[in-house]
Amino acid sequence: MTDKPERDAVTGVDTTGHEWDGVKELDNPLPRWWLYIFYASIAAAVIYWVLMPAWPLLNSYTPGVLGFSDRRNVAAEIESLEGARAPMFERLASASSADLARDPELQQFARAAGESVFGDYCRTCHGAGGAGAPGYPVLADDVWIWGGSLAEIEHTLRVGVRADHPDTRMSQMPAFGRDNLLSRDQIGDVTEYVISVSAARRRIEPNAAAAARGAIVYGEQCAVCHGASGAGDRNVGAPSLQDDLWLYGGSREEIRRQVELGRSGVMPSWERRFDAGTLRALAYYVHQMGGGEADLPPAPAEPAPPAAPAPE
Amino acid sequence: MWSFHRWFEKHSLILLIGILVVVSIGGLVQITPLFFIESTIERVEGVRPYTPLELAGRQVYVREGCYTCHSQMIRPLRDEVERYGHYSLAAESMYDHPFQWGSKRTGPDLARVGGRYSDEWHRAHLTDPRSVVPESVMPPYAFLADADLDLRTMSDHLRANRLLRVPYTDEQIASAAADARAQATPFGEGAYEFEQRYGRVAQRDFDGDPARVTEMDALIAYLQMLGAGVDFSTYQADAPENER
Repeated sequence: MTDKPERDAVTGVDTTGHEWDGVKELDNPLPRWWLYIFYASIAAAVIYWVLMPAWPLLNSYTPGVLGFSDRRNVAAEIESLEGARAPMFERLASASSADLARDPELQQFARAAGESVFGDYCRTCHGAGGAGAPGYPVLADDVWIWGGSLAEIEHTLRVGVRADHPDTRMSQMPAFGRDNLLSRDQIGDVTEYVISVSAARRRIEPNAAAAARGAIVYGEQCAVCHGASGAGDRNVGAPSLQDDLWLYGGSREEIRRQVELGRSGVMPSWERRFDAGTLRALAYYVHQMGGGEADLPPAPAEPAPPAAPAPE
Repeated sequence: MWSFHRWFEKHSLILLIGILVVVSIGGLVQITPLFFIESTIERVEGVRPYTPLELAGRQVYVREGCYTCHSQMIRPLRDEVERYGHYSLAAESMYDHPFQWGSKRTGPDLARVGGRYSDEWHRAHLTDPRSVVPESVMPPYAFLADADLDLRTMSDHLRANRLLRVPYTDEQIASAAADARAQATPFGEGAYEFEQRYGRVAQRDFDGDPARVTEMDALIAYLQMLGAGVDFSTYQADAPENER
């Protein structure tokens, strides 16, 4: 390798003076367009340092004169989004179900908002369209464990079922078999009795003698929650046994297994995750899936406490 | 001046050393301040070290490569905040060694999956994902329910984390195995001591098999606390010290 520059005879351009095995390199200037872009990018970097957060210092950093902040930007974006939705959500949150019933625009909004949240948070358990799954109640039918009015659905969404909310909906069926509360024979009898009072008797023939014995066991152990006639009690979340819809399966074996194990599911409380408007939209979406019930008559107002005697 | 450069060009070893010096200056300037800048070492109320059972669940999570499909970082972007919840804070992974942020999402982000589903759902989903999410492509992890959690190494895991400045006490390290068992056995032996050491942390039989402490217990305990620590109703997201 030599370092002596020389002029190339063919092009008339100097070489760099480097030579490897007879191969030399022309020392052409860099293309102007490339050079200008290169200088411009250096200048752009300096401008960027001034405008944007750039240089780390000892225990802070140069914030830039624009005051750029990712977190502030997303907060502003969310705020503008919420601002755009707020009028409808506020209308929704303050609407009674009667208001909702005569406001098609609000219904459409609630259905769309509810569907979106349902798809993200609820569908994984309750299935697309509220079709349910073993252990996860069907929402599209008219059978409700804790109540199917708009207000009751919303309350269930807020507090959850057996969740970590202080006012969560709570009930627990005993595991009559696992915990040896009933003998195997008694469980068999009560299973026959449950089939005999439910609509399942149309497809499963209950053993009449066993069902008669089971009626006594039922009266002692089950009637307190599920009711003497098996109608269930929504106040304690005891499902009706009269219909033919079963949370853990409706075959004779599956009903028996539920008496043995007393399985119960958990629904999270959603109050901390969603605001009032979103909860109402979700409740409306679930309510209109097929089985929503009318509002309960308003509870009688509590008698006002006696007025304190006026100070003399 | 340029003739000085010729010296580098002609001696490859000197050139190599020169490159290393220059590149490490760049690295040091970028990385060193991150250990001192206030905003990268924020502390947020509600973030706590993992309990032994949760830490074991984290080891299962890493071992099974969950991070190859699931990220644990909600970026400060509108769409992500809308779908997953409040964006992740640096503080929320301060006890993660290594962190599980990731950018590959074949499955959804898990940074705030805690409390979103019931234990039973997680059980069904890990055992057979398609039983609850028909379109899922996640492989089944049913074997976790049959794998007893190895409690012998529990103290060592805590000790290793303490080396990385997770503030476990000597007492917590010594009783790590008992605490892992206690968290998965409510009202069992050591439940009271566990609460003394870790506060009001969920004590449940996570895997539906009260007789055993399995890797399923550990993984569900870990998943159920992800992102659930910070109370964002009180967190001041727009305070100047929290902006960046």
